[in-house]
Amino acid sequence: MMKPFDHVDANSAARAAALLGEGNQAAPSRPEDRPVRLIAGGTDLLTVMKDDIVSPQTLVNIKTVPDLDRIQFDVATGLHLGPLVSLTDLEHDTLINDRYTALAQAAHLSASPQLRNMATIGGNLLQQSRCWYYRGPFHCWLKGGDECYAREGENKYHAILDQGQCITVNPSDPAQALIAFDATLHILGPSAQRDLKVEQFFINPTPQRRALNQLDDDELITAITLPTPPPDTHSVYLKMMDRQTWGFALVSVAARITWDGDRIARADIIMGGVAPTPYRATIAEQEITGRSRSDLHSGLADRAAHKAMRDAHPLEHNAYKAPLGAALIKRALLAL
Amino acid sequence: MPSNLPAGHSRRTITMTVNDEQHTVYVEPRRTLLDALREDLGLTGAKKVCDLGQCGACTVIKGNRAIYSCLTLAVECAGQSIQTIEGLAQADPAPGSQLRLHAIQQAFIECDAYQCGYCTPGQIMAIKALLEHNPNPTLDEVKMGVSGNLCRCGAYPNIFRAALRAAELLRTAG
Ligand SMILES: Cc1cc2nc3c(=O)[nH]c(=O)nc-3n(C[C@H](O)[C@H](O)[C@H](O)COP(=O)(O)OP(=O)(O)OC[C@H]3O[C@@H](n4cnc5c(N)ncnc54)[C@H](O)[C@@H]3O)c2cc1C
Ligand code: SF4
Ligand code: FES
Ligand code: FES
Repeated sequence: MMKPFDHVDANSAARAAALLGEGNQAAPSRPEDRPVRLIAGGTDLLTVMKDDIVSPQTLVNIKTVPDLDRIQFDVATGLHLGPLVSLTDLEHDTLINDRYTALAQAAHLSASPQLRNMATIGGNLLQQSRCWYYRGPFHCWLKGGDECYAREGENKYHAILDQGQCITVNPSDPAQALIAFDATLHILGPSAQRDLKVEQFFINPTPQRRALNQLDDDELITAITLPTPPPDTHSVYLKMMDRQTWGFALVSVAARITWDGDRIARADIIMGGVAPTPYRATIAEQEITGRSRSDLHSGLADRAAHKAMRDAHPLEHNAYKAPLGAALIKRALLAL
Repeated sequence: MPSNLPAGHSRRTITMTVNDEQHTVYVEPRRTLLDALREDLGLTGAKKVCDLGQCGACTVIKGNRAIYSCLTLAVECAGQSIQTIEGLAQADPAPGSQLRLHAIQQAFIECDAYQCGYCTPGQIMAIKALLEHNPNPTLDEVKMGVSGNLCRCGAYPNIFRAALRAAELLRTAG
């Protein structure tokens, strides 16, 4: 049973930011201790509340704010997603399938149909870690404790790259696709607005900020925007799970290529499930940029994919992730 | 707590439409829709198994989409329309007759699509939402439609057959 809390319907984004600002003034040292939290779809929040990982005193419902569930597109300005756009809507939108294919695929491969109906894209980017120590009764490092239990413990699902004091992976699928399309978050606080690239938004937790992202106690995401991809841009999202559906990614890849005739003008390869943040496979991107389609199909994709994984540091139970990551990168590139 | 936040640990009265009838419940904000249905309205068809969005036994339809009622707050359903398994069978107009099962329920019996039956109400509600959006699904679309509903007994092949059979029954019924 969840601890008791107040529930307030916000009628505007500004009101929601004001309520966050007032309620979280005391700036708790752990993000888990924020007394006021937003609720969107509730699919992550209620699970961490039921497990007593967070126990807010007040929930501010933003589903009552008008127009936050809009999808708009204009060639000049690109795609505008309200934070309440559901994963189901992302999955089915024709324009997104057409121009931002990897994003529609990432939404489609997330969670289950019921969860996608409820889950919002804003909430998706703010999910709490799925590390089982974090979700269980362990006061691990990310929760403010001294030790990361996963490092020497059960680490089958944990990071192989960019390992810091916490080796969890970010659970979001759409995050990788948003980064591949250079998406920007529009963030509102009680007194200021700021824009942040999705790629910068996710952070490797530090002792000063034990969190997976940069959102402050009093801020909300009001929109996500993606520039219009240049002509001849193709993308794909591939994801491996323990089973075919309704699982978090073991490893995933969002790959996007913009072609200039037969040449790769730009490549974005963003991996999920391998690091505490979405991981840009820079080495592989560099390896293939400027090269031709026939190069890609005669060994280059394979070489680039393997180079991308050469810095991996597998732990006791997750050595499978490096070859899996290489295989997914290769498969993704050959599909473009 | 800052004083200008509205106080509301206390219960509140909300009205929602459940199976085409208005119901009023008096609930705390922390009450889930699942608990409100089961405890306050006595509608125990939706089952509580994981309570964490991992099994699908609590599936109901809100508006026109299947959702997990265990991850939905009852207070956020005020003014909404909810369908549960209890609303599927309809009264037969002939006097003295029993309830007439919905085509999906009939198809489940015909295809023997359950063993223990615990997942069945959730499966049926997921299939109902699927068929409302897609009256003529392929086998793969059916599999996707019930991919958010676990069956511990492994009755999947018959559940898929039942969904396809129900689609056929509903199409021929016009
Ligand atoms: C069994 C299960 C399997 C899943 N599998 C996957 C998967 O495979 N891939 C995947 O990507 N996800 C998966 N998910 C996670 C799911 O996609 C997320 O829970 C969902 O997207 C969160 O969105 P929400 O609207 O429900 O967020 P909520 O639960 O309402 O909120 C989550 C957090 O975000 C904050 N928040 C919400 N909206 C805003 C906003 N606009 N501004 C600032 N803060 C905000 C809330 O305060 C809260 O802290 C799974 C979840 C479950 C339960
Ligand atoms: S990986 Fe992170 S969340 Fe998991 S136990 Fe270690 S510190 Fe905690
Ligand atoms: S009880 Fe709701 S999904 Fe399991
Ligand atoms: S019939 Fe037993 S769980 Fe599905």
